[in-house]
Amino acid sequence: MKAKVYVTLKQGVLDPQGKAIQHSVELLGYGGIADVRQGKYFEIALDGTLAETEAREAANRMAREVLSNPIIEDYRVEIE
Amino acid sequence: MKFGVIVFPGSNCDHDAYHVISKHVGQPVDFIWHRDTDLNAYDALIIPGGFSYGDYLRAGALARFSPVMNSVRDFAARGGFVLGICNGFQILCEAGLLPGALMRNRDLHFICDHVNVHVETTETPFTNQLKGGTVLRIPIAHAEGNYVCDDATLEELRREDRIVLRYCDERGEATEAANPNGSRDNIAGICNRERNVLGLMPHPERACEDLLGSSDGRDIFRSLAATLAAME
Repeated sequence: MKAKVYVTLKQGVLDPQGKAIQHSVELLGYGGIADVRQGKYFEIALDGTLAETEAREAANRMAREVLSNPIIEDYRVEIE
Repeated sequence: MKFGVIVFPGSNCDHDAYHVISKHVGQPVDFIWHRDTDLNAYDALIIPGGFSYGDYLRAGALARFSPVMNSVRDFAARGGFVLGICNGFQILCEAGLLPGALMRNRDLHFICDHVNVHVETTETPFTNQLKGGTVLRIPIAHAEGNYVCDDATLEELRREDRIVLRYCDERGEATEAANPNGSRDNIAGICNRERNVLGLMPHPERACEDLLGSSDGRDIFRSLAATLAAME
């Protein structure tokens, strides 16, 4: 089982890296792009001792306390 | 009075801070390794600049879990003075000792340059030897110094006179052009509500000798020393 954590900038927080990436891909000729936002992805391998609900709870706590900064970032957790 | 300079793996302005306290302030100072937890001997702590834990995850995010940080929290809660410079400011924000966060600079570059900062308040233990409205020329050296906070926090900082330094032009005007990194409201440094914890992105410890281009940073350390002397 794995916990996947996605950390993204909150809506309204300016993302200069995303803007620079958007500029670069547009220079390459890709069109139709409205916006690029950069985030972080964490893959946490679980050893099987936690039930899914416990794993979800732990991953949410980790995401909140360590992996994201709640002032500027949101997070989303998937267990699979 | 005794100063302590906290050293994390990756701190690199620790010796500069130590040098300034011992040579220019003329007071005893120790290095404190991030695994130490006994801060009873100290009256003021400096969390220096650098790249603690390689800036992994986010600048300052991992240093906040070092054993010393629980002691720093208690130290600050007891009224001890804490000065966070650059990475130290980032750590204080991540640790929740100061509000807001420091994000990637607006133009993405690492900026290493002398900037002007306007002293917004002298009602802090770190600026009480300065004249209000003074413009200090102090270097910055960071990639993540873009201060962000929500509207309510900004309003609170203003109302409580907690914005200590703002980026400005030579005349002291906090213009957009004088804002090197996109910081909200040109904020370069803020203090906590109790005013004993200051975080700032500029490096006053690198501006203490004329030979290095500016000695404007000295008064920040001297203010702190004067505050401590008055308490003895």
